[in-house]
Amino acid sequence: MSTTLDRLVALVRRIIGAPDYAAYLAHVRARHPERVPVSEQEFVAERLNARYERPGARCC
Amino acid sequence: MPRWLSALIWAVVSLVGAAAFGYLGLRRGETISAAWLLTAAVCTYAVAYRFYSKIVAAKIFALDATRATPAERLADGRDYVPTNKWIVFGHHFAAISGPGPLVGPTLAAQFGFLPGALWIIVGVALGGAVQDFVILAASVRRDGKSLGTMAKEEIGPIAGYTALVAVMGIMIILISVLALVVVNALRDSAWATVTVGLTIPIAMFMGVYLRFLRPGAVLETSAIGLVMLAISLYAGQWAAAHPTLGPLFTLDARTLAWAVMVYGFAASVIPVWLLLAPRDYLSAFVKIGVVVALAVGILLVLPPLQMPAVTQFIDGSGPVFAGKLFPFVFITIACGAISGFHALIASGTTPKLLENEADARMVGYGGMLTESLVAVMALIAACVLTPGVYFAINAPAGIIGTTAESAAQVIAQWGFVLRPEELTALAASVEESSLLSRTGGAPSLAVGMASIFASVLGGDTAMALWYHFALMFEALFILTTVDAGTRVGRFMLQDLGKHLWEPFGRVSWYPAVVASSAIVVAMWGYFLYQGVTDPLGGINSLWPLFGISNQLLATIALCVGTTIIIKMGKVRWVYVTVIPMVWLVIVTTTASLTKIFAADPRVGFLSHAQWVRDLLAAGELPPGVRDVIGAQRLILNDQVNALVAAFFLTAVAVILADSIRVWWRVLSGRAPMATAEAPYVATARAGA
Repeated sequence: MSTTLDRLVALVRRIIGAPDYAAYLAHVRARHPERVPVSEQEFVAERLNARYERPGARCC
Repeated sequence: MPRWLSALIWAVVSLVGAAAFGYLGLRRGETISAAWLLTAAVCTYAVAYRFYSKIVAAKIFALDATRATPAERLADGRDYVPTNKWIVFGHHFAAISGPGPLVGPTLAAQFGFLPGALWIIVGVALGGAVQDFVILAASVRRDGKSLGTMAKEEIGPIAGYTALVAVMGIMIILISVLALVVVNALRDSAWATVTVGLTIPIAMFMGVYLRFLRPGAVLETSAIGLVMLAISLYAGQWAAAHPTLGPLFTLDARTLAWAVMVYGFAASVIPVWLLLAPRDYLSAFVKIGVVVALAVGILLVLPPLQMPAVTQFIDGSGPVFAGKLFPFVFITIACGAISGFHALIASGTTPKLLENEADARMVGYGGMLTESLVAVMALIAACVLTPGVYFAINAPAGIIGTTAESAAQVIAQWGFVLRPEELTALAASVEESSLLSRTGGAPSLAVGMASIFASVLGGDTAMALWYHFALMFEALFILTTVDAGTRVGRFMLQDLGKHLWEPFGRVSWYPAVVASSAIVVAMWGYFLYQGVTDPLGGINSLWPLFGISNQLLATIALCVGTTIIIKMGKVRWVYVTVIPMVWLVIVTTTASLTKIFAADPRVGFLSHAQWVRDLLAAGELPPGVRDVIGAQRLILNDQVNALVAAFFLTAVAVILADSIRVWWRVLSGRAPMATAEAPYVATARAGA
């Protein structure tokens, strides 16, 4: 039951474009096990800043 | 499914769509149900998706599910993340849909429902959806490169830089005209001002909550925010009725314009987690919620369209904005039919998310069809109003005067019926002092939406709540474009400015941040202020400029697409991008030349300036202008607007000329028929 809810939450978060730290961690662990991942706070800050720097983020 | 059954189904869909179109076009006299319009739209979308988008998918790009996408090859857990197509679709749709497809069709309803509907439906199938899909597919094949980079690599540096400067210009005009729409919706309305104003502290509370109390709990925070939004709706009603708060928040257009400028500046300099990000989350939920609610409401009510199919204003004498059906219906409705801005998103976040390049068809073409449906629904909501009410809300005071009686008189001369008490009663039912001349489209759309919602839920007593809910939704939409747009504009300006003076480009050096933000706000603030002080209402001059700029960007995108198709050796299929490109070149060129040089002072910028000059020379002032300085400012505004239109015209010419040069070189064998496409790599994705 909780897994369905978790999946729904993850789905909605990705649609609205919320930073996805879990996906980032999974990526680093799978592809770059030697690297130390950045903290969640750093990751979120970096993602949010990146989102509002490009014209591709917003439309009329 | 057997072949014959599929053929039969598609034949039926096509016939039903054609029949709906025929009925829409031929029926005269009585009102017609919105169901016909919806049927025509949905059948066209289905056929276009099934058959026309297949040309792009199969013949041009030969989209290949076994080819690894940038999301897979360049996966970094940040920008490049392989994502399921439904999520990408939702994300892409949330990114492309803004206030544009709501406001444009509402304004274009002055021509009647038919011209706008035809352009939205045909334009999206042959133009807008093609553009979004082609750019998305091209970007997916190029590691998710941006439109500007693709223009530079495929056409050349001249086209690339022109595109860059054009995007900056478009941002400025876009922000100013949308800010004007919000100001017109909030002016003299304490309820709307308080409700929309409260969304700012709500977003900031969410930002703090998300950062310090519950990091990462985006959905929980958004749920709290949505509850607070609902409370703010009632708070606005309460404040408007309050003896001291009511008058305090009943603001005129100038004050509101300054407030929006301060807001845009603040949003650009404060950290994004505090305001922009939480607002965006809220806006995404409200956006999807309202679009679904509007669709359900329209389907349940199937309201009759009160507006005639075609009005006499196709001759150019329209009160909402001046100008003939051609080219202005194609300029007024940009988003919903074709919107150049989408090319920035289709070459921004979306191509970096697709896990399978074949999904580009559903996301790119399908996403734009969905936005087009939103535009059709906005058109329906605007046409639910009787023409009398529609024109009373949307025509500026300079034309219909400032009382319900004068408005009724003018509107009667146009052949529409408006009883003054009908308008007063409508204003009272939405608890506004007046609905006269609330130009910009948002209020009339809000009245239309409120009447649809109220007939499903709540009845007449709920009209006022629904009206302010719809206004809040539109304002929330628009303000997220104003704030994020200002910030993006600031980054673009810093990027351009660093070539002149390096420290200006430092994005975390406060003096540079403040200076660049102030410059961006000053640029759009100038046009906004010009709009609120314009006796003709501002929308008349600024919305066409916005439309021209958006169609210019679409022209650039289609030039890039055409170049890529030619270089891929698919010249046989090049008509897919050439048809909308040629059409937009004709439309933008005619519209810019008309806006600059038309002899009618309501249409042409230069003739309007001359008209003011002549009045001044005769010792008179234009109606609605208080002093000579104000009149001189009108002349300056006209000159600036004419320059802006000339700039967009030049940009179209430059990019088209540069593209034609490249096409000729490639087709005559002087340049190699090769594109900058990334080489094929087989996917490791399971199931492919």
